[in-house]
Amino acid sequence: MNPLQARDLVIDIPGRDDGEALNFIIQPGQIWGVLGPNGAGKTTLLHTLAGLREPRAGEVCLGEHRLMELKRKRISQQLGLVFQERQDGFPATVLETALIGRHPWLSPWQMETGNDEEIARRSLEQLDVAHLSDRMVNTLSGGERQRVAIATVLAQAPDTWLLDEPTNHLDLHHQVSVLQLLTEQAGAGNSVFMCLHDLNLAARWCDHLLLLYPNGEVCWGPAERMLAPVALERLYGQELLTVEVDGAPVFVPRKVW
Amino acid sequence: MHGYSRPLAILVLISLLCMGLSISMGSAALSFADTWAVLTGNGTPLQQTLILELRLPRTLSAFATGGLLAVAGALMQVLLRNPLADPYILGLSGGAAVGALLAMLAGLAGALVSGSAFAGALLATMLVFGLAHGTGSWTPSRLLLTGVVVAAGWGAIITLILAMSPARQLPGMLYWLMGDLSHAGNPAPALALLVLVCALVLPLGRSLNVLARGPLQAAALGVTVRPLEWLIYVLASVLTAAAVSMAGSIGFVGLVVPHMLRLVLGNDQRLILPACALAGGTLLVLADTLARVVIAPEQLPVGVITALLGVPTFLYLLYRSR
Repeated sequence: MNPLQARDLVIDIPGRDDGEALNFIIQPGQIWGVLGPNGAGKTTLLHTLAGLREPRAGEVCLGEHRLMELKRKRISQQLGLVFQERQDGFPATVLETALIGRHPWLSPWQMETGNDEEIARRSLEQLDVAHLSDRMVNTLSGGERQRVAIATVLAQAPDTWLLDEPTNHLDLHHQVSVLQLLTEQAGAGNSVFMCLHDLNLAARWCDHLLLLYPNGEVCWGPAERMLAPVALERLYGQELLTVEVDGAPVFVPRKVW
Repeated sequence: MHGYSRPLAILVLISLLCMGLSISMGSAALSFADTWAVLTGNGTPLQQTLILELRLPRTLSAFATGGLLAVAGALMQVLLRNPLADPYILGLSGGAAVGALLAMLAGLAGALVSGSAFAGALLATMLVFGLAHGTGSWTPSRLLLTGVVVAAGWGAIITLILAMSPARQLPGMLYWLMGDLSHAGNPAPALALLVLVCALVLPLGRSLNVLARGPLQAAALGVTVRPLEWLIYVLASVLTAAAVSMAGSIGFVGLVVPHMLRLVLGNDQRLILPACALAGGTLLVLADTLARVVIAPEQLPVGVITALLGVPTFLYLLYRSR
């Protein structure tokens, strides 16, 4: 696979100074978590890495090539993105929604084959929404829609997964099964790069972390180095208590009486 | 997902039946047998003139106009991700009407009126989409509002032109404003355009399906969004302009037909667009037949009938969307 790479990358957030430039490679098998408070630019970073937004400076590369030089179709065969927000202007069924994940792999004249439908159905099964295949997407609950969105990217079968808050709306069990699915993807040699709000999920499932401060300051590295309570408290402007459970740190906000 | 051929075959059959009905009905009614005789090269000379030179071209014009309007509406709805988009509501027909009326006021006739209407429709499209685009992108609500306001502006100009026109020109102008197929002329170019566009958008169908989910999602799935949006926009404008320059301003076909079809057939553009061409054509053929026979030998403007169908549909859509 072609690893995704940020070279001297500065994301473009209106009204904010450049801050520090990003330089990292998301290697096969790695799971990256992006942490930061609301408005720090997590979504903008994700969209910039996916080539959906121009960076202010620097570049994003997929393997040897700059993202802006590649055709969107080539990019979408290697890079999948789970959005935080979805718009459904027109009604569509769950199966139809999962099937559009096959779009990058089909030529304009080609119809979806039985094989594509098989892939879409398997993806829905893995996300535990196969029983909803014939339902209209706009009748689903938030968590069900989230899982359909992840199933769509699973059907797309990218090497690099970008996810914007993949655990949003999900109950605890489904949060864990989604993160488990992403771990399997990484185990199979793909890479994962996701924004998360839950520090503890990040601490437990990510091997690399990127902390995005609202002033544009950033730092990144292996998870165990980045999970310093002092850095996290400054990140969120929130005092934390730390305990260790099952080999991973657990962070609990300090309650103010 | 598959099996597009059956719904389309059914629609083709219905279209042919309705065209047959339309040809045999009129101030001088013919039996289906007579009609069939003429179409297969028999029949009396009078019947032949009536059908081949009067009714058939008009029916085909109605079919082409309806098909063009329905496909244009469906394309605009994908572009704006809003089922309320329609060439008439977006003020494009108003621009065409001003173009046509100015030509009539200047004493021009025939192809020059059509050409002027075509220019007016394109101008209106550029105006509405350009203004609504602004510096950002086409947000559906801004576009609909821009369209409505610009349409009101065209309405004022139309009233002004009507007030300034000599009385003997008024009936022709009024008929044109409400849609009139009696001066449609040769239907062949419009039919060819309809077939061409359907063939062109077929390979784009799946990309349009993805685009209907929003530009970011489409880009993430490998669609080059900007060029595709511009292509749809240009196509929809040309289709509308062609339809309006042929038959005057006929509203709501582009709204009603795609909506009804989506209810029955789902929202796969590879099926919906050709189905719109067939069903839109059929709807206008039926509306025109009604317009010809309701108060025969007098004729109603066909736009009246489509508006009577379209206004309740639009209000229902709006009511249901909140």
